[in-house]
Amino acid sequence: MTVEIQNLTKSYGGTPVLQGVSLTLRPGVTCLMAASGGGKTTLVRILLGLEQPDGGTVMGLEKARLSAVFQEDRLLDRLDAAGNLRFILGGDYEEKAAAELLAELGLDLGEKKPAGEYSGGMKRRLALARALSVPFDFLVLDEPFTGLDEENRKRAITCIRRRAAGKTVLLVTHDRSDAAGLEARIVGLELERIDAP
Amino acid sequence: MISTSARKPQKKRTGDRRLFDGGPRPAQKGGARVWAVAFWLGLWQLGALALGQRLLLPSPAEVLVCLVRLAVTADFWHSVGWSAARILGGFLTACALAVVLAALAARFRPVRELLAPLVTAVKAVPVVSFIILALVWLPSRHLSWFISALMVFPTVYLNLLEGVDRTDRALLEMAWVFRVPLSRRLRDIYLPQVLPWFRSACSLGLGLCWKSGVAAEVIGLPPMSVGERLYTAKIYLETPELFAWTVSIVAVSAVFERLVLCLLDRLSARGEKS
Repeated sequence: MTVEIQNLTKSYGGTPVLQGVSLTLRPGVTCLMAASGGGKTTLVRILLGLEQPDGGTVMGLEKARLSAVFQEDRLLDRLDAAGNLRFILGGDYEEKAAAELLAELGLDLGEKKPAGEYSGGMKRRLALARALSVPFDFLVLDEPFTGLDEENRKRAITCIRRRAAGKTVLLVTHDRSDAAGLEARIVGLELERIDAP
Repeated sequence: MISTSARKPQKKRTGDRRLFDGGPRPAQKGGARVWAVAFWLGLWQLGALALGQRLLLPSPAEVLVCLVRLAVTADFWHSVGWSAARILGGFLTACALAVVLAALAARFRPVRELLAPLVTAVKAVPVVSFIILALVWLPSRHLSWFISALMVFPTVYLNLLEGVDRTDRALLEMAWVFRVPLSRRLRDIYLPQVLPWFRSACSLGLGLCWKSGVAAEVIGLPPMSVGERLYTAKIYLETPELFAWTVSIVAVSAVFERLVLCLLDRLSARGEKS
């Protein structure tokens, strides 16, 4: 699945955040790198349908199944890992599949602790598990490895590479080694057209 | 060799260092402390002794005796039951209406704008104006139900709306991206975040419905109601009975508040377990 972004513009209170951004996201991992305040989050929000652009078009996502690891974990703190997965999967939740996915990321389905009591790294891995547990066509990974130690970062990279193979993935990160780990195509030239406010 | 620093006597931590004392103490759970209640009862007893006029201020003991005398009669329980059914009926009606309208107002801005002047007016207009007006429209037996509902509605409606407004947007966005159906969003995002607001509104509303409901009964005088019994006690200058009925209203109100809040807490705990 290919996502075509053409001449995307967005302003907040007269301050331009995105000015004529054009990008093509093809199957595989595309890594978006820009300075803080460079409009990455705004672009991600537009792609996920959480914001309307002022101008320009996004094509290819009309009927796509989306999934995302947000910059913040956005977990249901009262619920345990199974509860968080069940929340998005509903009747499609399968305990065996959930246990396998969590184990790949170094988490235990049997741990009945609410997500609110998890460490930062565990929360991040659960957020990643949630994103990878649903069937998707387009996956957004916004700083997915924040707070992970080296071992868990490697686990997460392996898990993403396995479960998102052949899918269109947008990776947002400051760290070039994240992009290298996922063999991502780093978007460079187009980024010069994303202007900081 | 043992280092000299290891042999140095340790200073007591409290001697040389200021320690945080915990700041202002939070209120004790479970209402007033026994000593505080005893203090005010003692003061009441002293006041009654000093005044020496049962007609103006009966002593706590006299009120207690009167309350016991009333509590063994069937009429007392009939009056309490009659009033409780109507007043709590009004409370439940207000809650049901507030839930539906708050949900609509949270979803549709015009509904919120439409209801805003009405809610402000109900909050601002004195309850007695509504009671007199409602007496023109309704038979007196429905008065306490209507007035209780009217007085409780704004509190529950506004609290629910506030709860919905303060629901974590980040979680709602997450649910939207993953196309989580409304039923699950309601159960796992809205309900846990709105329930504390609803609980607080219920706590306020239960006190309010008894105050306004009994006031309506005192004015409307529906037969066999607690309000009518209060009014009769006043007419016959039966001050201990007046006090006894007031105590019984406070007690019944407190019992129902505990019951409703306990029910909501259980609901909340069940939601957390599931």
